[in-house]
Amino acid sequence: MGETFAMKVLGRAVGRSVSEGEIVFVEPDYVLTHDNSAAIIDKFESTVPGGRVKYPDRIAVVLDHVIPAASSKNAAGHRKIREFVRRQGIENFFDIGAGVCHQVMPEMGLVLPGSIVVGSDSHTCTYGAFNAFATGIDRTEAAGLWITGKTWLRVPETINIELTGSFSAGISAKDLILTIIGDVGAGGANYMAVEFNGPAVGGLRMADRMTIANMGIEMGAKIAAFPSNIRTSQYFRELDIEITGAVWSDHDADYARTLEYDLERIVPVISRPHQVDNVVPAGDLEGMAIDQVFLGTCTNGRMEDLKSAADILRGETVHPDVRLIVGPASRREFLKAEAQGIIADLVRAGAVMLPPGCGPCLGAHQGALAPGEKCLSTANRNFKGRMGEKEAEIYLASPETAAVSALLGKVTDPREVLK
Amino acid sequence: MTVFHYPQDDINTDLLFPGKYTYTCSTGPEIMEHLLEDLDPEFAGRVRPGDIIIAGENFGCGSSREQPSLGLMHAGVRAVIARSFARIFYRSAINQGLLLVASPEAVDHYSEGDEVSVDPSAGEVRVGDRAFSFPPLPDEMLEILEDGGLLDHIRKEYSGGEGE
Repeated sequence: MGETFAMKVLGRAVGRSVSEGEIVFVEPDYVLTHDNSAAIIDKFESTVPGGRVKYPDRIAVVLDHVIPAASSKNAAGHRKIREFVRRQGIENFFDIGAGVCHQVMPEMGLVLPGSIVVGSDSHTCTYGAFNAFATGIDRTEAAGLWITGKTWLRVPETINIELTGSFSAGISAKDLILTIIGDVGAGGANYMAVEFNGPAVGGLRMADRMTIANMGIEMGAKIAAFPSNIRTSQYFRELDIEITGAVWSDHDADYARTLEYDLERIVPVISRPHQVDNVVPAGDLEGMAIDQVFLGTCTNGRMEDLKSAADILRGETVHPDVRLIVGPASRREFLKAEAQGIIADLVRAGAVMLPPGCGPCLGAHQGALAPGEKCLSTANRNFKGRMGEKEAEIYLASPETAAVSALLGKVTDPREVLK
Repeated sequence: MTVFHYPQDDINTDLLFPGKYTYTCSTGPEIMEHLLEDLDPEFAGRVRPGDIIIAGENFGCGSSREQPSLGLMHAGVRAVIARSFARIFYRSAINQGLLLVASPEAVDHYSEGDEVSVDPSAGEVRVGDRAFSFPPLPDEMLEILEDGGLLDHIRKEYSGGEGE
């Protein structure tokens, strides 16, 4: 039997072949932390007072979660982080405005095919789009990694998802991954790796792969990985990076399960409150009035997503009862969209622009909801209380569905407008 | 000893600790004020050291925030017994020294008023008149748990090793 992607990456890291279920100790290529670094610094200092981080060049810190600071307490945390990275010689520090960590890490060339990246953020699995083995850890483990440079990983079993066909008009990667999560369930891939393979992968843009890998955690997956191919090479060529470590699973790899999806058959879907796996066709909610639409985040805040929305909203005005909030995933994506006139289109249509960052996604600031309000969001979670108010409802959808619904003030299947 | 019974599946980290407090509350006492706020507003006031939580599948899914595991540890919760746990929460609990027991049988057998106890070294959870075994942690993780969490484990390794 051949080996899966996870077996190969972890096997290479320990210099021998590994078996599923085995515990291995690895030194990750990068440890990512964000605003939570302030609390991690406290843990680090209390464990090794005055100590040095083991590998300053394997640490990346991105300020993105509550930026610009919403309170003096946030600001003090940010200042503590700036002082720490300077003192410790951590050069991969990206201050407010760079963007959401999961967009910034690949942009800065820190996520390479075949590498191992851990991050104190559950959506670290996004880097599977770039053929990396990437997974989330807690703050304490990040502090431990700063000190020791190593951690343990269990070699996971793998679910293989075979993709064929191509999307119809008005349907995108978000509809696919929400459909998969609805089928697999919130815990259906718990402790497991997910691989996306099949002929359709070549047709998926890197932005699409990021949207899909980003939500792997919403079915419990440890990693969600794509093979490296021409588009991957093109992405790194633009960064002037030569790929040397890409890993492909064997054709006869032993998978726990294989699921097949024909992109042709995917329809616009929406994830209803308060669980991501609560997925229904958008048509089932047709006509439901909404108060806010949020376009952005590490799931759907890239130029391609903003363009899909702008193509729908250009020359129009969003419904007067709807607030449209847009948060680009990074400064670079913001500028790419700006150069194409996409930002102007969105702002003219009534969008309120946020700085590149996590924005309202985690409910700490910017665009919180009032009790009883409904938000249609392109983010990755609709948990109760997620956007700051437990009596509010969050519905997850694609940029296309979000834009069409913002225009009409009610949930609408984008195919009705894009005919 | 009180048993807090939340039978539903997929109790996520936002229910265990709302995201809006993530960057303003990080110490035990700060976390305690909001622990399980959107799941059971009475929990924080009622929980006492030695108490046990019983829940369904995929407990702790969602965010990697550690306030849920750190908070439950600070509250002195003896163990969380669930049908299954989400993996980041599972790791985080080990890192905090919080005992987790994955035992669908024990969860299914529980009815209100049953006495519940856990013996991690024997790998046994007792619910009412029945005992259920659960698989022991691999040695690497058991060491961390027994040292009281990852940072205590590292402190011990460093003071016992070449020194800092």
